[in-house]
Amino acid sequence: MTAETIATRRVSRGPWATAVRRLARDRAGMAALLLFMVILIICLLAPVYASWAGVDPFTSTLDATVTIDGNAIPVMEQSTEGLGLGYNPIGPTWRLGSYFLGADNQGRDVMARLLYGGLTSLLIAGAATLLTLTLATVLGLAAGFFGGLTDIILSRILDILWAFPVYLLAISLSIVLITHGIAIGPITIESGSLWLPIFIIGIVYIPYVARPIRGQVLSLRESEFVLAAIGLGVPSHRILLRDILPNVSTTLIVFVPLMMALNMLTESALSFLSIGVQPPDASWGSIIQDGQGLLYSRPWVAMAPGIAIVLCVLALNVLGDGLRDALDPRSKIRLGRG
Amino acid sequence: MLLALLQRLGQMLFVMLGISMLVFLIFFATPGADPASRIAGRGASPEILEAVRKSFGLDQPFYVQYFVMMKKIFITGDLTSFVNRGWKVVPAVLDTIPVTLSLVIGAAILWVIFGMLIGIVAAATRGSWLDKLLMILGLIGISMPVFWLGEVMNLVSQSRFHDTWMFSWVPPLGYKNLSDDPKGWFLTLIIPWITLAILYIGLYGRVLRASLIEALQEDYIRTARAKGLSETRILLRHALRTSLISFVTLFGLDFGALVGGSALLTEVVFNLQGVGKLTYDALQNLDLPIIMTTVMYASFFVVMANALVDVVYILLDPRVRAS
Repeated sequence: MTAETIATRRVSRGPWATAVRRLARDRAGMAALLLFMVILIICLLAPVYASWAGVDPFTSTLDATVTIDGNAIPVMEQSTEGLGLGYNPIGPTWRLGSYFLGADNQGRDVMARLLYGGLTSLLIAGAATLLTLTLATVLGLAAGFFGGLTDIILSRILDILWAFPVYLLAISLSIVLITHGIAIGPITIESGSLWLPIFIIGIVYIPYVARPIRGQVLSLRESEFVLAAIGLGVPSHRILLRDILPNVSTTLIVFVPLMMALNMLTESALSFLSIGVQPPDASWGSIIQDGQGLLYSRPWVAMAPGIAIVLCVLALNVLGDGLRDALDPRSKIRLGRG
Repeated sequence: MLLALLQRLGQMLFVMLGISMLVFLIFFATPGADPASRIAGRGASPEILEAVRKSFGLDQPFYVQYFVMMKKIFITGDLTSFVNRGWKVVPAVLDTIPVTLSLVIGAAILWVIFGMLIGIVAAATRGSWLDKLLMILGLIGISMPVFWLGEVMNLVSQSRFHDTWMFSWVPPLGYKNLSDDPKGWFLTLIIPWITLAILYIGLYGRVLRASLIEALQEDYIRTARAKGLSETRILLRHALRTSLISFVTLFGLDFGALVGGSALLTEVVFNLQGVGKLTYDALQNLDLPIIMTTVMYASFFVVMANALVDVVYILLDPRVRAS
């Protein structure tokens, strides 16, 4: 073998290309990605579905009817149980476009709400993930790189947030903010806005990401290429952006699906406790809460969004595992406390 | 080592102080969150608001309010509810602790046993269909919202299959005291235990499998194999021992978090009057003193559990001990 062929063979693809190839070979990971994309696309079609079915999923329509085999059936049926006084929403018709999953106790089409709810849940989980990762990266980089007093102050704040049970912190913030909204400087979030759950969920998981990032930066700070850059007098912001950030980016990418999974579960829990997404908006968690009173008579109202959450979170977790194996097989990122 | 322990203790006290201030600030000093307007109700006149502020001591500076509240929670224990002013909060919280402990301890026993079983079996049969099946089941367990799983359990055991031989033994939702009715206590808790444990069984099974497989790559395992030890013995006596250190750490943290209120959703779904349910009920009428106290209690429990884990770690690990 000549030196030339060895040299051409050694030309490796970049780390990103290698990772993409590894991920593409991971059948479970690809299936998970596909499942997630399918769920996302179906949810994006929510407005199309609602207008096609001719339903408004956000206002109560107690007197609506649904046509099945040419017969108009009222959405709210006279109750046959007990004294027969109350009204029961109809159960699933299993016909797309005409109350596929039945109605909830305000006569709204559960299927249409499920799709819109998915959109909300995915939006909140995604935006909160972005918020967490951005803030956690800034904090982790600052604490790890500058050290000294900055590190001590930031680490202590992270310690306090870390020790605070996630759900209780989220609940405390929600109770206070949900009724009044919040105004910090130029940013005003009104009560009932979707930004509130995004803000709350985005805040509570910061230490989960910031602490590992800080640890990584601490060791990178002592590595030769960073010491060399410091010795050459390269300004700090340039070192952070050019040398350190690219090295923690794999960790950040692995965190994306895992955080999204965690955020979906947190959002659903908060909405279930009625301190997350506020009506008339729907999310998978708030639909489960709507269905709680109908659990024994119309179980699909609560079951369907739960199944959707399980599928979505499962896909994200499998994708996260696949990404970790593809990008950074030795890392030990794990989420799941609380 | 003593220094390390003292340092940890100091850190713990610092975090507790920080949390108590944070909780106080969230509830009483967030811009726009005026507790007086909450007590007085919507659209109360300024005079009424002023009277409420005076009567509840909300007209004093924040630091005075903070110290008064801390004194009432930790020293005199006579903090009263905003909604029902004769109701003492601290005893109410203490009353709920046995319920939460009953729920969490039972679930913990289940998840440790089954988590270990799954982890060991999967690691022993790694790469086989059994391993894959167990890991997928574990992942599904991790991906289920616990409150929804609780509803599925209720739907099956209280309604759909309640009249069949499978679930006819399930008593109605609610908690029974262990001392009054041990059998009722056990029966009402079986389904909540399983529900709460499933997530952790999946999590611990997966973590243990990963750490066992990592341990099996170590040099001392090769030595043990070279000595001719059986594969079972290597797995259970050599690999499992090192893996259990991380398992114990994890357990301490999760147990602390659950007793400290993370079991809230399970308690709400199964109507168990524990710390979490008390918080949830206080949430419905925004009874701040109760929420303050439970959140404070919960976070302190978590902080103490974390500190305990670290101390056990210092005591167990010779490398940490030396430094």
